[in-house]
Amino acid sequence: MSASLPSGPRPRRLTPGRIGLYAFLLTAAVFFLLPLWIMLITSLKPMEEIRLGNILALPMAPTLEAWGKAWSSACTGLDCNGISVGFWNSVRILVPSVILSIALGAVNGYALSFWRVKGANVLFGVLLIGAFIPYQVFLYPLVRIFSQMGIYNSLTCIVLVHVIFGLPTMTLLFRNYYAGIPIELFKAARIDGGGFWTIFLRVMLPMSVPMLVVATILQVTGIWNDFIFGLTFAGRENLPMTVQLNNIVHSTQGERAYNVDMAATMLAALVPLVVYFVSGRWFVRGIAAGAVKG
Amino acid sequence: MSAVSIRDVSVAFEAVRVFDGLSLDIEEGEFVVLLGPSGCGKSTLLNAVAGLIDVADGQIFIGGRNVTWEEPKDRGIAMVFQSYALYPRMSVRENMSFGLRMAKTPKAEIGRRVAQAAELLQIGHLLDRRPDQLSGGQRQRVAIGRALVRDAAVFLFDEPLSNLDAMLRNELRVEIKRLHARLGKATMIYVTHDQIEAMTLADRIVVMRDQKVQQIGSPAEIYGRPANLFVAGFIGAPQMNFLNGRLEAEGGGLSFVAGTLRLPLAGYAFNGAPPVGQEVVLGVRPEHLALAEAGLWQGFGVDIVEPMGADTVLWCSDGTHTLQVRTTGTSRITRGERVGLGLDPEQASLFAADTGERL
Ligand SMILES: Nc1ncnc2c1ncn2[C@@H]1O[C@H](COP(=O)(O)OP(=O)(O)OP(=O)(O)O)[C@@H](O)[C@H]1O
Ligand SMILES: [Mg+2]
Repeated sequence: MSASLPSGPRPRRLTPGRIGLYAFLLTAAVFFLLPLWIMLITSLKPMEEIRLGNILALPMAPTLEAWGKAWSSACTGLDCNGISVGFWNSVRILVPSVILSIALGAVNGYALSFWRVKGANVLFGVLLIGAFIPYQVFLYPLVRIFSQMGIYNSLTCIVLVHVIFGLPTMTLLFRNYYAGIPIELFKAARIDGGGFWTIFLRVMLPMSVPMLVVATILQVTGIWNDFIFGLTFAGRENLPMTVQLNNIVHSTQGERAYNVDMAATMLAALVPLVVYFVSGRWFVRGIAAGAVKG
Repeated sequence: MSAVSIRDVSVAFEAVRVFDGLSLDIEEGEFVVLLGPSGCGKSTLLNAVAGLIDVADGQIFIGGRNVTWEEPKDRGIAMVFQSYALYPRMSVRENMSFGLRMAKTPKAEIGRRVAQAAELLQIGHLLDRRPDQLSGGQRQRVAIGRALVRDAAVFLFDEPLSNLDAMLRNELRVEIKRLHARLGKATMIYVTHDQIEAMTLADRIVVMRDQKVQQIGSPAEIYGRPANLFVAGFIGAPQMNFLNGRLEAEGGGLSFVAGTLRLPLAGYAFNGAPPVGQEVVLGVRPEHLALAEAGLWQGFGVDIVEPMGADTVLWCSDGTHTLQVRTTGTSRITRGERVGLGLDPEQASLFAADTGERL
């Protein structure tokens, strides 16, 4: 009879496939979250508790002491001002690098997509290659060049490096985004009397919000997590947080303060973590859009 | 003095030359339609007039001024695109006033012109919406409004109605025609591949194919005296009937002969000397074939009957030739009936079989 005809929503059943899927997802989540968890609880324990060796046990007397120490009085080499110095250095490197690299990338992408610049294809090819060559190759030549220019080991120098290395990716990202915008929009703006900058600032940029968010996320996390450029180009005064974290963890005088190390590490990871949590949805959306439009 | 004069213009995309010395003069207040199949270069020509692509050769005059090297905004033109091309982040009002704001027009003047255009197009109640809150028809109205506000002497339309459904298309088509009448001296160049739009809107139609002009003329000329086989076949639905045959001298006059079918050509106005004995193609529009018992051509049977409401199209065949005949919608003829066909040679067209040119 017709009672057996499928109708309405399909009944949900727990198939072996589903069980396997959930098992895999759970394992993956534990695998990635466990280290974070251990770091968090360890950073909240005093050293006496850590010496007992139960690394998975919850802290018996939770304390923020280690966090305070990590922030303001942990020793990096000779001076003992904590990781806060590095934090502010990183911020000073981050802000101009992110703004400049995104601004230049957006303008480049816009020019490449809409204005028939002479040699645009060649330029684009060079940028593409630039985006894929391992940057270690450039380290030594750049050190030489910056020394010659007299800006080696300065804030300017490290910002410049981040901008240069961010440019290919940013340009590609924005070029692909703008390639998806109908050329007729640009033509209409030209007839309305817009020039290079007015069309960019008043028509294209307001449409680029999703891409700007994605670019900001990529650049903030990338530049914040950078180690080798900071170490190579920033100079002693401007060492970013990552380098200072390394110094704290490796300054081996007396007993190793695991709780302070953990707290310092968490502090260093804070900015990218916040960025991901706040913008996770945007991030996924932007990457997807970029992929489809590519 | 012409409103728009295109003189020997060539356009090249890198190595590919799209036009080679194309010339066209358009009078002030004229509505010219560029008609042709996809890829024939209509948009390219329009973009060249607008200054959105550089010409490789030749000159473009607008209002008697040589604008060949001028920026789009300085040419006194406005343009409407197929994809609307509204600025997505601006309200309708901001969209319409963008050009004026760029030109630093006084605020009061901007307000006045936007209000005027909005009233003309009945979009006053939409002024504070964003483009994504509008329907397709409303968007295209806004795009036309944005063009109107510019107070241009020449309006360029690139298939403005192609993205709309049939009903809206008819509605906006009439509106554009009304607009042209109201603006009086505004010159319009309108690109389409829709022959109905071309026939209904145009003062003059420019039929193009493969980046070459095939014929320029009024809708009646294009329809009644097509310059070649391409134009004859492209314009008119149902399509013109074509019969391959031969031109023969017969008792003092000339006749078209295709197998058993003969047509004395008394009254046909030849362009130049008729090529007697040559292969030719006879073109007859379906409405010029009359059902007549004592007609010239006998032995046709009705294969298919296509009622279209206002009229009915009959597919008639005598075994070797098939002809479409347009008759009234009230016709009671049914499939299988035998009919005779009559036609007036003055309304027919003859083409050379080899070149396709009108004879
Ligand atoms: N940017 C370009 N580069 C190279 N060739 C092009 C370019 N733009 C157009 N063409 C070529 O020029 C010819 C005319 O194109 P155009 O866009 O003017 O056609 P169209 O008549 O407007 O067609 P449609 O009705 O499809 O819009 C086509 O053969 C096309 O391939
Ligand atoms: Mg086109």
